[in-house]
Amino acid sequence: MEEIIKTKDIVKLYIMGVEELYALKAITVTINRNEYVAIMGPSGSGKSTLMNIIGCLDTPTSGHYELNGQSVSEMDDNELAQIRNREIGFVFQTFNLLPRSNALHNVELPLIYSGMSKSKRIELAEDALLKVGLQDRMFHKPNELSGGQRQRVAIARALVNNPSIILADEPTGNLDSKTGDEIMELFDNLHQLGNTIIVVTHEDFIAEHAHRIVKLRDGLIESDVITGKGFKHNSGKTEAQLAN
Amino acid sequence: MKLFTEIKEAVIISLNAIRANKVRSFLATLGIVIGITTVTILQTAIEGINRAFEKSIAAVGADVLYVQKFEWFGKEDWQVYRNRRDIKWNEYEYVLGNLQGAESVCPTVGNVTTVTYQDFSSESIPVFGTTDEYQRTMGLDVAEGRFFTRRESDGGWPVCVIGYDIKDAFFHDINPLGKVIQINGHNFKVIGVYDKMGSMLGLFSLDNRIVVPIKKYFKIFGTRRSLTIHVKAPSVDALDDTKEEVRAVMKRARRIPVGGKDDFGVNQQEAFKQTYESLTGLIKTIGTAITMLSLVVGSIGIANIMFVSVKERTKEIGIRKAIGAKRPTILLQFLIESITICIVGGMVGLFIAFPLSLIIDAFLLPTAMPLWVVVLALFISALAGVFAGFFPAWTASKLDPVDALRYE
Ligand SMILES: Nc1ncnc2c1ncn2[C@@H]1O[C@H](COP(=O)(O)OP(=O)(O)OP(=O)(O)O)[C@@H](O)[C@H]1O
Ligand SMILES: [Mg+2]
Repeated sequence: MEEIIKTKDIVKLYIMGVEELYALKAITVTINRNEYVAIMGPSGSGKSTLMNIIGCLDTPTSGHYELNGQSVSEMDDNELAQIRNREIGFVFQTFNLLPRSNALHNVELPLIYSGMSKSKRIELAEDALLKVGLQDRMFHKPNELSGGQRQRVAIARALVNNPSIILADEPTGNLDSKTGDEIMELFDNLHQLGNTIIVVTHEDFIAEHAHRIVKLRDGLIESDVITGKGFKHNSGKTEAQLAN
Repeated sequence: MKLFTEIKEAVIISLNAIRANKVRSFLATLGIVIGITTVTILQTAIEGINRAFEKSIAAVGADVLYVQKFEWFGKEDWQVYRNRRDIKWNEYEYVLGNLQGAESVCPTVGNVTTVTYQDFSSESIPVFGTTDEYQRTMGLDVAEGRFFTRRESDGGWPVCVIGYDIKDAFFHDINPLGKVIQINGHNFKVIGVYDKMGSMLGLFSLDNRIVVPIKKYFKIFGTRRSLTIHVKAPSVDALDDTKEEVRAVMKRARRIPVGGKDDFGVNQQEAFKQTYESLTGLIKTIGTAITMLSLVVGSIGIANIMFVSVKERTKEIGIRKAIGAKRPTILLQFLIESITICIVGGMVGLFIAFPLSLIIDAFLLPTAMPLWVVVLALFISALAGVFAGFFPAWTASKLDPVDALRYE
């Protein structure tokens, strides 16, 4: 069993003037390769904060984080950027595509930052768009695409670099339920293909796609349950780890 | 490879950004456009004047000294020079006989007189008398025919070499060689025509004159006019040594004691150059000040829209960082954007300056736009871009990705 994400006592503290706010109090969690995890919890419980730290967008105030065997908590900005580029695929609630670039270029972007040659980039980007079913929308700009299509472009961008994990923060939050289902099917497929996926969601029916549900409350892990559903490859072996 | 890809990407991004904000970009680059237009116009004018100067001063000869009553651009009152002794034939002969370090020596004397050919006549043609050594001393090109020989010179033969404009005015399409003209009523045979030389500093034409043997000149016009003794130094480097010797020899010719004050001038091209350089130096200083001012103002304008641009694209910066853009990459992106805007501004400046310099050339001053001026203008633009873009780009590169992504 290969551990991809290993956090120990992660704390995130925001200081606003005289007030201290612990967004995360002590998160210790381990996620293995090819797991499909849903992170749930009420608004403000720290889901996004945790996702950002796991995705190396943010750094914890204290605690230790190991991603794919590399200790991330000591890395500087540029090293983190490189990790994001190689190891992480992000999918956001608001898609976050570059508005002036077409789908192909949006998907190509991570490869530009990893310094890949043009022909290779185009090949991989086309491939990724094919995987999300957008081969006939490659030259459309985001404003010429539907919400679902935009999210597919975002997913193609997330997986084009063949990352260790795909992180999605409420990926269906801005979509109607039918389109949301289609997007979740896409994640299911990616999981089947061997990807490690972490999805933040409010919705139970979205969480049902995952095989493991981590619930947060007030910056702590409230529960960590393996549902088994959708868990195709590593059934039952993961230890649910409760905070403290 | 990676850097090249990133630069290419950055250039595309910035061109898109400029296209998306045409009016704003245009207004912001106005300062740069004005700056580059000024600097280009200025340089083309200076370059043009330089070239015209070089061309016309060539007729004076960089390695030739002129012993005269007057000093070019002398500091003393004009009266002082006028009251000096005239330079006479015997002094020329003394210099010719005693000067060691000279390549060649010749006298000239001239005045303006009436010249006639058949029924065409002109009253104000400069006529110069000189010896056959004139050709060797001044090295001017005779385009048709030849200069007069030692025999013709010593014998005072009635022959002449005419300037290009004289040929044009008196002979049109007829071959002037062998034709006889009247100078102050005396017959002269035309044996040579000078190549076109242009005008001296745009003031008086060098093509509008006639050169005759000095012996003949004396017979017609007398010997009371003050001469100019031309002394050609062996090289431009030897000019100063030759000058010292000429002064010493002239002093002996005039029996002035060694410590005594010269009552003659030993002139050289340098005198023109100094006056000319102080003039162009002034133009340059004023122009550089204007240019710097407009570039600084321009840079502030660019810096301003770069800050706006960074602010507006905070989310884009967040996205780029989220998918792996490093700080230097973002820095480079915005720096290149600012450089691109400035270079585009610079090109617009060049496009404005080019026809403008042609207009100036036609009506005011000679101008020339060599490649280096274009390169310089673009280089200055790029520099302004770096200058203006660095701080905004730095700010952009330091943005926190989480904050940037949350920005609406
Ligand atoms: N930059 C910040 N400065 C101060 N407090 C912050 C900051 N970011 C997050 N917080 C606080 O940290 C807590 C956790 O925020 P987070 O965004 O992780 O919640 P969430 O679980 O994702 O909520 P939601 O479901 O509404 O997205 C919240 O109380 C929030 O106000
Ligand atoms: Mg959230």
